[in-house]
Amino acid sequence: MADFILPNLGDGVAQGDVLKVLVKVGDMVAVDQAVVELETDKATIEVPSSVAGKVKEVKAKPGDKVKPGQVILVLEAGAESAASAPVAAPAVAEAPAAPAAAEAPAAPAVAERPKVVDIAAGRPAPATAPPAPSAASIVTAAPAAPSVRRLAREIGVDVSQVPGTGPGGRITQDDVKEFAKRVMNSFGSGGQAAAASRPAGSGPALPDFSKWGEVERKAMSGIRRKTAEHLSHAWNAIPHVTQFDKADITNLEAMRKKYRGEAEKAGGNLTVTAVAVKVIATALKVFPQFNASVDAAGEAIVYKKYINVGIAVDTDNGLLVPVIRNADQKNLIQLSVDIQQLADKAKARKLTLDEMSGGSMSISNLGGIGGTAFTPIVNWPEVAILGISRGGFEPVWNGTAFEPRQMLPLSLSYDHRLIDGADAIRFLRWVVEALENPFTLALRG
Amino acid sequence: MSSHIAVIGAGPGGYAAAFYAADLGLKVTLIDNEKNPGGVCLYRGCIPSKALLHVAKVLDEAKHAKDWGIEFAAPKIDIDMVRDYKNRVVEKLTSGTGQVAKFRKVNYLQGWASIVDARTIHVKKADGGEETVSVDYMILATGSTPTKIPSLSIDSPRVLDSTSALDLPEIPKTMLVVGGGYIGLELGSVYAALGTKVSVVEMTPGLLPGADRDLVKILAQRIEKIYDKVMVSTKVTGMKVAGGGNPSGGGGNPSGGGGNPSGLPGITVSFEGEGAPKEATYDYVLVSIGRRPNATIAGLDKTKVKVDAKGFIETDGQRRTAEPTIFAIGDVAGEPMLAHKASHEARVAVEAIEGHKSVFEPAAIPAVVFTDPEIAWAGLTEAEAEKQGIKVEVAKFPWPASGRAIAIDRTDGLTKLLIDPATERILGVGIVGSGAGELIAEGVLAIEMGATASDLKLTIHAHPTLSETVMESAEMFFGQATHVYKPKRKS
Repeated sequence: MADFILPNLGDGVAQGDVLKVLVKVGDMVAVDQAVVELETDKATIEVPSSVAGKVKEVKAKPGDKVKPGQVILVLEAGAESAASAPVAAPAVAEAPAAPAAAEAPAAPAVAERPKVVDIAAGRPAPATAPPAPSAASIVTAAPAAPSVRRLAREIGVDVSQVPGTGPGGRITQDDVKEFAKRVMNSFGSGGQAAAASRPAGSGPALPDFSKWGEVERKAMSGIRRKTAEHLSHAWNAIPHVTQFDKADITNLEAMRKKYRGEAEKAGGNLTVTAVAVKVIATALKVFPQFNASVDAAGEAIVYKKYINVGIAVDTDNGLLVPVIRNADQKNLIQLSVDIQQLADKAKARKLTLDEMSGGSMSISNLGGIGGTAFTPIVNWPEVAILGISRGGFEPVWNGTAFEPRQMLPLSLSYDHRLIDGADAIRFLRWVVEALENPFTLALRG
Repeated sequence: MSSHIAVIGAGPGGYAAAFYAADLGLKVTLIDNEKNPGGVCLYRGCIPSKALLHVAKVLDEAKHAKDWGIEFAAPKIDIDMVRDYKNRVVEKLTSGTGQVAKFRKVNYLQGWASIVDARTIHVKKADGGEETVSVDYMILATGSTPTKIPSLSIDSPRVLDSTSALDLPEIPKTMLVVGGGYIGLELGSVYAALGTKVSVVEMTPGLLPGADRDLVKILAQRIEKIYDKVMVSTKVTGMKVAGGGNPSGGGGNPSGGGGNPSGLPGITVSFEGEGAPKEATYDYVLVSIGRRPNATIAGLDKTKVKVDAKGFIETDGQRRTAEPTIFAIGDVAGEPMLAHKASHEARVAVEAIEGHKSVFEPAAIPAVVFTDPEIAWAGLTEAEAEKQGIKVEVAKFPWPASGRAIAIDRTDGLTKLLIDPATERILGVGIVGSGAGELIAEGVLAIEMGATASDLKLTIHAHPTLSETVMESAEMFFGQATHVYKPKRKS
């Protein structure tokens, strides 16, 4: 007999609400079959089973709060179950992105599982492996003496985040002090600031607004809270610079309209965003420092050999950034289909954590709404983000006369620790030229 | 100027809070209806029951001495003197806390408190006076009282709760204990030692629900020997005064020699359960089915304090209620209802009032059942590990291998450790045996310090003591206990 125990849902995800149980008593469950749908702070995820067999008992029902380590299903082990049960090793073979995953904070073997990392939580893994989601983290507090826990509390360190150097992962006073020092040093230089800093918005107490008129107080939604934490961290950790340029997309617009029907037939929408994804995916090959992350604590730069492009999506619930995998290997039709699907999922709150992590660089297109320029915040741990504002006709001097040309305003924010201004403007010029003359994608990409 | 704190309820939570706050220089008012601080624990719980259990232990050992070649004549029990001894213990301790309160300049008001608003308390004093106290903070430590079964409640001095049972009205010939929890077993053991034929009835399939079965098993063997009858999986369906007659006025009619209550009608109890009689009559019935929090504090509705469905006052990790200036600690603030939990919470709440970042987050709260043998555990239990799907390795050291246990002829014991196989960290400790309540302290410390099995193994324990069983359990984890041969299985 084997039980399906809820696996670790990724850093920072301590629990989820059961939305749906996808199996019932008597069902046969296979390894990797989705068995329960959970709503976490950031997304709705389907959790696949790590074991196979016949369902004997379902220990969760919609509305339950469940935590990693909790038994969800009691199974009678099936004939072929056990062999495939131990960690999903085959997943690596199936996942083209897997080799790169070794660099990522998540454990490589689980690349295909909807485990992993909400965008707010890409903290470097602690030096020692975190105690298995087994006992330690669930029942009891961190393995630290009461005096050590008190010290941590007093200096504002979450003791469960501190890697213990003692036997059995025991956390010493020195570990706490060392951790606090690292956090202090990493402000403004990436690293673990988020781990210790208070949630976004903490600071001096707010005045009593009701003195000036009626107010209403509402709790932050899970997404809003995570967004606030994540963006505060990105803003604190990354020295931002933003540069602006404009691309003449008169010709591109003509072509886009010409081929739009083809994309529609495939179920996509050939938007400016789709073209921008293609351009960025190609540019990342030419400018590898834009497809990197800064490991401030390890004093290293992590270059990614995969190209995944994130797109900021505005939803009723807030900002979400789904990621298009291997964008460099997809043509415009495929990209427009992918974007459509991810955007639909985002709006339905159906994105998995996996679908929102592992980006190389992100694009935020506000052009549909308006604006002439803006300074997007880099989606840490990425190092650059492209902002797109509203395009429109402008008089452009062609050498002899002003000509009405359709111009698209672009903003590029980047991490100045890694990217120099000259490189950034070269990158942005490359993007502009590719938009003006898509032939360069084939020529130089 | 320092803040003024009022503590309502002077049990081990309330007086600990009051004394600590006074030590930190705060102005403190402590309100309770008893003459001195002490609460249920000192007046009607932990302490008097331990005094009586000590008497019981001497009686049992005297009987047991026959096996070692010493035979005493049947003991002559003067129940008035036994009661007096218990009362002296209570008096000594409570007058002590009263003194200590005075030394600390705690303003102790004997009386009944009602809350006027979040900053004001009205006290109707025992001496007839009245006083209104305005405070900056309040700590509610009003404790708990024994639960009654309304459908079974009959008004008879022959039906006891833990409070009246401690008053030892007399030595009954027969007694039924309703509820096989720790209070029933402890008090039942006292009466059994005094010569009463004690039976116990428990609704669940085993005594001491919540404790690990391997520990309970060893105690149960002993209980079955000293009790007349142990009825588990059995429900009490009715209770009435035997023969329909009026119950006697009670009032203690001790018969000096061995407890033969003077022909007063007892209580007839009907049961439902396998192996239980349909009906049986007992001189006394002790109802000990649990305790409920005292959250019906007059005027509480004038604050934002919230009470949950089980009747506990809701608090956060600092023991702050929904009313930011009011804290709640002890039995009234949630399970487990244990004095030492309350005292610890007291310190957390006072520190929180002082602006420190204290939080109630113990890694382990020891639980001790002061039966003979005692049962004690801390941290994770096997039952809990199984329920939560936590993988643990259990290392057990049976007391028949302990030199000290053999020497005192008490090999009815077991020490076990629950160990995280990945980190070797001690997650739980369970002990049954003579003095388990003292031995558990090491286990609690091990859990709090994040100690590993190696740490316990490598710490020298005095020989020959029962504390060695803790060390040897850790050795068992590695398959190397000196006094047990049991090689570690290769998996």
